[in-house]
Amino acid sequence: MQEAEQSFAPEAYVAAARPLLGLEIDDAWTASICANLRVLAAAAALITSFPLPDESEAAPRFEA
Amino acid sequence: MSGPIPTSAAAIAAAVAGRRRKARDVVADVLGRIERSDPRVNAFTEVLAARAFDRADALDAALSGGATAGPLAGVPFAAKNLIDIAGLPTRAGSKINRERPAAQRDGSLVRRLEAAGAILVGALNMGEYAYDFTGENVHDGDARNPHALDHMTGGSSGGSGAALAAGMVPLTLGSDTNGSIRVPAAFCGCFGLKPTYGRLSRAGSFPFVGSLDHLGPMARSAADLALAYDAMQGPDPDDPVATTRAPEPVMPLLDSGIGGLRIAVAGGYFARGGDPEAFAAVARVAEALGAERTVALPEAHRARAAAYLITAAEGATLHLDRLRTRPGDFDPAVRDRLIAGAMIPAPFVERAQRFRRWYRNAVLDLFGGVDVILAPATPCRAPKRGQTHFVLDGVSLPVRANVGVFTQPISFIGLPVVAVPVWLDDGLPLGVQVIAAPWREDLALRVARHLEQTGVCAAPIAELT
Repeated sequence: MQEAEQSFAPEAYVAAARPLLGLEIDDAWTASICANLRVLAAAAALITSFPLPDESEAAPRFEA
Repeated sequence: MSGPIPTSAAAIAAAVAGRRRKARDVVADVLGRIERSDPRVNAFTEVLAARAFDRADALDAALSGGATAGPLAGVPFAAKNLIDIAGLPTRAGSKINRERPAAQRDGSLVRRLEAAGAILVGALNMGEYAYDFTGENVHDGDARNPHALDHMTGGSSGGSGAALAAGMVPLTLGSDTNGSIRVPAAFCGCFGLKPTYGRLSRAGSFPFVGSLDHLGPMARSAADLALAYDAMQGPDPDDPVATTRAPEPVMPLLDSGIGGLRIAVAGGYFARGGDPEAFAAVARVAEALGAERTVALPEAHRARAAAYLITAAEGATLHLDRLRTRPGDFDPAVRDRLIAGAMIPAPFVERAQRFRRWYRNAVLDLFGGVDVILAPATPCRAPKRGQTHFVLDGVSLPVRANVGVFTQPISFIGLPVVAVPVWLDDGLPLGVQVIAAPWREDLALRVARHLEQTGVCAAPIAELT
């Protein structure tokens, strides 16, 4: 995952995802959106690198 | 009756119930405080004088006629502006929501507080759509920290903390998805209760992240928190995650002390990545409670990451249509976070939800050996308004995304927390999280009460300078 994170190119990803999501994105916003995506990618790496058993389902209705 | 109107909710309720004070006089006093202080603090986005006087007059008439006073008789309060108030659009800190139709009725918690005799006096400033830890708002102006007006209140319930610290009202309502009650409580030096997920109804409030959203009270004392909390408990079919448990009143237990409670300090993740003062505040509370044990919440850093992902993705899903049609009407900082959130691949979010269950089970195991866990509320004191970065453990980090590092792993699994204010010196306050097992708000409130009564924690009214 670390490799995936390092090779992740947020600018290209944003450009590709924008029409899929139907978002109009001003070029001036891209740097900030990409910075946020990098933080999210790092968070995702922490989660996907943690092994969970297949049986570990998300609770359908979370209760504390 | 002469003399000043009391400033605590409990004392106001006692005076009004005892017919020593008219609710109208209490409301007039509070409106005067708001008029004098709010131009400098900017906690309020609406002041509801006519409505408050109408309620006060009705209460005074009922009490004169021999009616029984409710536990919050005549207590003025204000609500974060994501909670519905009949006749107003629920703006949730945004520009866009001001075009929504006016709410038809008050949110559930407002109705429950008023049923107990409390009187709503206004709506409070907040970070846009609650995606905020700063208390800054580009549309309504920043809420200002009454203890240092050039510093942040914390957010997103910034107005809720500021209104208390400035002494404008004794009780406010806030919301907490990742720390939005606990952070402003810490920065503004007051008490805040984030109850167990599902304990208090969220019906009639504008959502942010349904998986993580909580509503709760803030106050200047543990007793006032407990009074309000008790009045708001109970099932509510209008909130799909509201508990079906019957109310479990805390007030009768509040002065039970801490005897027999097993109290530990959260180590590991919660003992690094912050300023030394944040940990000094925890140490002071721990010493006062005789807490010598340390426990580690396993994988807390991943819990924070998972909360971060779920928040971004669910928040973006909620706002996708607005992001498509009106991106220019958002606070740019919120918009860019939400757009990034819309682009998170679904497997990451689902994995974060699956991890949530694992982490919940692991932390519940800890509560087999401990009743209460202490942790910092924030990694630092209130930064300056407009400050975008801070240095934690030698690393420069964005403020907006990182103020909640210690609150997120707790709300992620819905644990009840009372944030208590600690004053280490003449500087700004810090907050400590008093964390209990699910549905044990009573323990966290008992500990907060003990800390208050032993002088370890206090929520003084700021002198605006």
